[in-house]
Amino acid sequence: MRRLLVTMVLILIGGWNILLAGEAAPLAADELTEKRLVAISSELRCLVCQNESLAGSQADLANDLRREIRMLIKAGKSDSEIMAFMVDRYGDFVRYRPPLKGSTLLLWFGPGVLLVIGLVALLRYLRRRDRRIGEQSLTAGEERQAEALLRDPNPREGSS
Amino acid sequence: MNRFVWPLLGFVALLVLLALGLRLNPRDVPSPLVGKPAPSFSLPQLHAPEENFSPSTMRGQVWLLNVWASWCVSCRQEHPVLVEWAKKQTVPLIGLNYKEVRGDGNIDLAKLSSSSERQQVIERAGAWLARHGNPYTLSVLDIDGRVGIDYGVYGVPETYLIDRTGIIRLKHTGPLTADVVTGKILPLLAELSK
Repeated sequence: MRRLLVTMVLILIGGWNILLAGEAAPLAADELTEKRLVAISSELRCLVCQNESLAGSQADLANDLRREIRMLIKAGKSDSEIMAFMVDRYGDFVRYRPPLKGSTLLLWFGPGVLLVIGLVALLRYLRRRDRRIGEQSLTAGEERQAEALLRDPNPREGSS
Repeated sequence: MNRFVWPLLGFVALLVLLALGLRLNPRDVPSPLVGKPAPSFSLPQLHAPEENFSPSTMRGQVWLLNVWASWCVSCRQEHPVLVEWAKKQTVPLIGLNYKEVRGDGNIDLAKLSSSSERQQVIERAGAWLARHGNPYTLSVLDIDGRVGIDYGVYGVPETYLIDRTGIIRLKHTGPLTADVVTGKILPLLAELSK
């Protein structure tokens, strides 16, 4: 009898635990929503702590915006619609990968342009140096010295 | 002599670039809302919570929308400028009280029901204006900050200048100073009121 009672109590406790565990379910059940939320918010900049993504930031506004994105996902909006929602309010600055347009040309191609300028400058410098070396000729004394060095198989020992 | 000119010029150019960069304010993000219609909303008024205010009622006049909260430290800094502004009574100044309770990090929202949150918002915001002076024609309550999101609010205080047709003409992030008022807002107001 006592054993039966203990078993029943244990079953009850177990059942209670399962009920308690149920509280965390909404997050797990909506795994797809959370995955999309992370994917979208990793592409977005947190406006408060500007070098952190919306996915990683604990700022108050970031929490609000994640909640907003979650609601948009549940409302059936596509990723690009959600992105447009954010850009409409906070501008291209919220995107870690800004779109290619007039005002962002320098941002996208600036580094490449700088690289080309650097390469051209380096090439010109090397060519000019080449030419300067080619122009210089040896004096008669230097020429004789060089020839002597070339002819002598063991210059250091032989000259002493 | 000549071989030093180019590196020197490059160095000076770099210095100028860095000096300019230092003067820029990274918080000053251009708002895509400038030149666009002010997002509509309908929010309860602080001093008449049973009545709602909507920007569409302001059609036909130029007005200012100022986002504030009692927990916002920079708002306290800007407040005297607004009080001074209100004395001159140039254009209506509408206050958007932003996340009065939720924005305050010291309050645990989980322990608060939505009706008592609303009650606290009204009490706190009202008390703050009573203490520091109320420059606003009226203030509205954005309790959960969703209207703030529509206006692209990311750092309170923020101020919007909206023209007669309901288009946002200027957005200022951060506290208003006398310089901003005389340098940016007044010239634009004069132009819009023509």
